[in-house]
Amino acid sequence: MIQITDLSKRFGKLNVLDHINLHLKQGECISLIGPNGCGKTTLIKSILGMVLPDKGTIIFNGKDIRNDNLYRKEIGYMPQIGRYPDNMNIGQVIQLIKGIHKNETVLDLELAHQFNIESMADKKMRTLSGGTTQKVSAVLAFLFGPRVLILDEPTAGLDPIAAEILKEKIIAAKNRGCLILITSHILSELEDVVSQIIFMQDGKLIFHKGVDELKAMTKQTTIAKSIIQYMKQ
Amino acid sequence: MIGILKYVALDILKNKIIIAYTVLLSLFSWSIFSLEDNAAKGVLSLLNIILLLVPLVSILFSTIYIYNSNEFIELLVSHPVKRSSIWKALFTGLSLSLILAFVLGAGIPILIFADISTALIMTLSGILLSVIFAAIAFLCCIIARDKAKGIGISILIWIYLALLFDGLVLFLFFQLSDYPIEKIAVLLSAFSPIDLSRILILLRLDVSAMMGYTGAVFQNYFGTSYGLLLSFFLLTLWSIIPFYISLRRFNRKDL
Repeated sequence: MIQITDLSKRFGKLNVLDHINLHLKQGECISLIGPNGCGKTTLIKSILGMVLPDKGTIIFNGKDIRNDNLYRKEIGYMPQIGRYPDNMNIGQVIQLIKGIHKNETVLDLELAHQFNIESMADKKMRTLSGGTTQKVSAVLAFLFGPRVLILDEPTAGLDPIAAEILKEKIIAAKNRGCLILITSHILSELEDVVSQIIFMQDGKLIFHKGVDELKAMTKQTTIAKSIIQYMKQ
Repeated sequence: MIGILKYVALDILKNKIIIAYTVLLSLFSWSIFSLEDNAAKGVLSLLNIILLLVPLVSILFSTIYIYNSNEFIELLVSHPVKRSSIWKALFTGLSLSLILAFVLGAGIPILIFADISTALIMTLSGILLSVIFAAIAFLCCIIARDKAKGIGISILIWIYLALLFDGLVLFLFFQLSDYPIEKIAVLLSAFSPIDLSRILILLRLDVSAMMGYTGAVFQNYFGTSYGLLLSFFLLTLWSIIPFYISLRRFNRKDL
């Protein structure tokens, strides 16, 4: 579904992405792992068209994403830190995003129900706690039933109950055939969701493997342990 | 674009700074006009306040607002919408809110007290100044990635255009008074929107004594009606060019 070829990006002298080649298939739930500053966020932002790569191409559903924005209809994105205009209320933010996706008629409001967002529709964004803001971001990411989900640290700042609700939602999305790309530092959290691992370091792709393959190769039982084992080898 | 514009404008109009700015402008204008018997004198006193306050608030508020909207701009970019539409919506939203604040605060009392054509020109130049300094703010934000640096640049630009520019031109003239440099003076005044607005209003009021050096040369050179047209044209350029440059850079910017 997403084909990344020879993707490179420099910020000044720093090679943030170094000839990345990836093929991401539909129905996979992929965890993007790596130390801080390894280029995870830059890779995500390149797919979303926020960062314009120096070299290489990203093909989304058979179309080059350069100079295109319509492909983003298919993507639900949840940023690491959501910040919204102070005086907008929750309802207005949702209306605004709905306005951009004019042609979408079926809305997925399940998360909004479960997070009880609708009863807070006239609360101003400025007054919300970090966790509630994350909930709004999550609702927006799932709102149009996207075929690709890009979640940057989705459970950071969420309380355990909300995190569980979100996890259930991610599993449901995976089951209906979404491609899901998650970055997270807490590996144990993803254990039962993730099917593939992409490991990056210093802008380079170290490996892209299935979870089972990785576990078999390192003879470990959990993702976290197998990655540590892999790094030691 | 209209959809984004609507919510951005609603957000800005509820902003406390914009409300305070409107109240401050109306306090100044109503008190000046009720203290002065002569409306023309009132216009002059108000002019000096407007030429300082409107650019300052417009450029600072816009700069801070854009930096604070960074994450929100990123979120919008992740949706199927053109980058240029987002930038244009923000610019239009900011400009319209600043214009509304100016018209409510200062425009209405001016239109009530001053004679109609002076009042219209003065309101128009206030509106243009609001848009111009919002446009310069957009340029500052795109030049500097860092918020503190961006705000610093916008304050420096304000100090330069509002306080230093006329003095520098005057200084240049005293130094070079032996040479025929009127043409250069006219050219120079085109580089300051605040000077141009002052010229625009003072040409209309015909009080050369208050015009400052560039204004006097301007009138000498172009006469009143050409001068009015030319300064209006230059002001329009000032509101378009900085924004256009920032738009082109925003389309290629890494967020």
